[in-house]
Amino acid sequence: MSPKIFASIAVVITGIVLLYGISDFPTFGDPRSPANSGVEGGALSSSLYYINESYGDTKVPNLVTSVLADYRGYDTMFETVVVLAAGMAIFAILRSTAKDDETVPGPARKSSIDGDHNRIIVGMTCRLAVPVVQIFALYVVAHGHYSPGGGFQGGVMLGASFILIALAGSLEDALGRFSERAYMTLASLGIFIYAGFGALPQVLGENFLDYGILQKIFLTDGPEMARSHSMLGVEIGVALTVMSIMFAMFANLSSRGTLKGGL
Amino acid sequence: MVEFFLTTVKPHFNFWVYVILMMIGLWSLIAKNNLIKKMMGLAIFQTSIILFYVSLGVKDGATIPVLESYGDYAEKSEKAEKAEPAGTEVIPPDTTPAPVVVNPADIYANPVPHVLMLTAIVVGVATLGVALALSEMIFKEFDTLEEDELLRKIKALHDDA
Repeated sequence: MSPKIFASIAVVITGIVLLYGISDFPTFGDPRSPANSGVEGGALSSSLYYINESYGDTKVPNLVTSVLADYRGYDTMFETVVVLAAGMAIFAILRSTAKDDETVPGPARKSSIDGDHNRIIVGMTCRLAVPVVQIFALYVVAHGHYSPGGGFQGGVMLGASFILIALAGSLEDALGRFSERAYMTLASLGIFIYAGFGALPQVLGENFLDYGILQKIFLTDGPEMARSHSMLGVEIGVALTVMSIMFAMFANLSSRGTLKGGL
Repeated sequence: MVEFFLTTVKPHFNFWVYVILMMIGLWSLIAKNNLIKKMMGLAIFQTSIILFYVSLGVKDGATIPVLESYGDYAEKSEKAEKAEPAGTEVIPPDTTPAPVVVNPADIYANPVPHVLMLTAIVVGVATLGVALALSEMIFKEFDTLEEDELLRKIKALHDDA
């Protein structure tokens, strides 16, 4: 049987079963659906607890940030470790330090955004855009408590700013600003910061990632503000790791692990 | 046909969209021969799941889960606004009705699906990156990304050995 016929049969059967199942689902935007308000006669949805109580617990108005970095901090920490592990896997699979030029795909490009008159428009636009992108990314990281944003989003934007340099000029331009040694160090440092914020409460006699006790170090009014500050630290760790790994992925994939030439 | 659409599809149109997207992804995962196209199918599949989760957190008339008025800051700024006109003008009689008590659960969307999907998106990018790296190595080794050709070449390798 050809794969296309097999695939069509499998897809039609699965699709019919799924479409049959959705007739029991709540309608779109129903505030009384089980996910939003809990099962009738049973337990309430945990989202109600987060909406009603999380500001009192953490003093962070952005509920997504408080749930992500505090209530589900353990999950987020290993999510960041997954990103680091993906970067390490790409490094292990692709990175080659062979000296022979045969491994370089295509001729090494001479173009650069630094003082190359053949690329003056692209180079200048990129030079103007990158600082703005990076400042906005730092704003997204730092303001994640009060507006949509946070470590993952800001980290991706920071990584994208370095990818923009690599696309507008050459990979060497970007690596000159953010070398392999730097991005590998920062990626590990991000995890270290996150795990450090987890281990510090343990030293003070609390559970892993239970930031409330850190009021003794931050000298805040209460455990709530200590949680808020610790979340900012954790988000910075996430941003460092995500930024570094996003750029590491691009650098390795676009140059087949040689970090020369690039696209 | 129209009646079927109005009674069955319309109340759950979002789920229909996700099931169709998911089936497009599943079909290309099974049927497509090229590894890059399989990855695209995987990404479409992932997107349908992300849309599904986010749509579960939607509430009619609710806004994003970022509290608008909170704590001491909001109270102080309200007081400051009210304090300004006092003393200069004749204070009009307070005709505004008593503030309606709103349940915060009605005006803010469910934050939990957003949290889950935020991390799922990042992990999706990470897995896609590893998949691309693997396919790049496969292409380097076998000069092809077509599955049937790959199987033939691997089989030939085993027969030689």
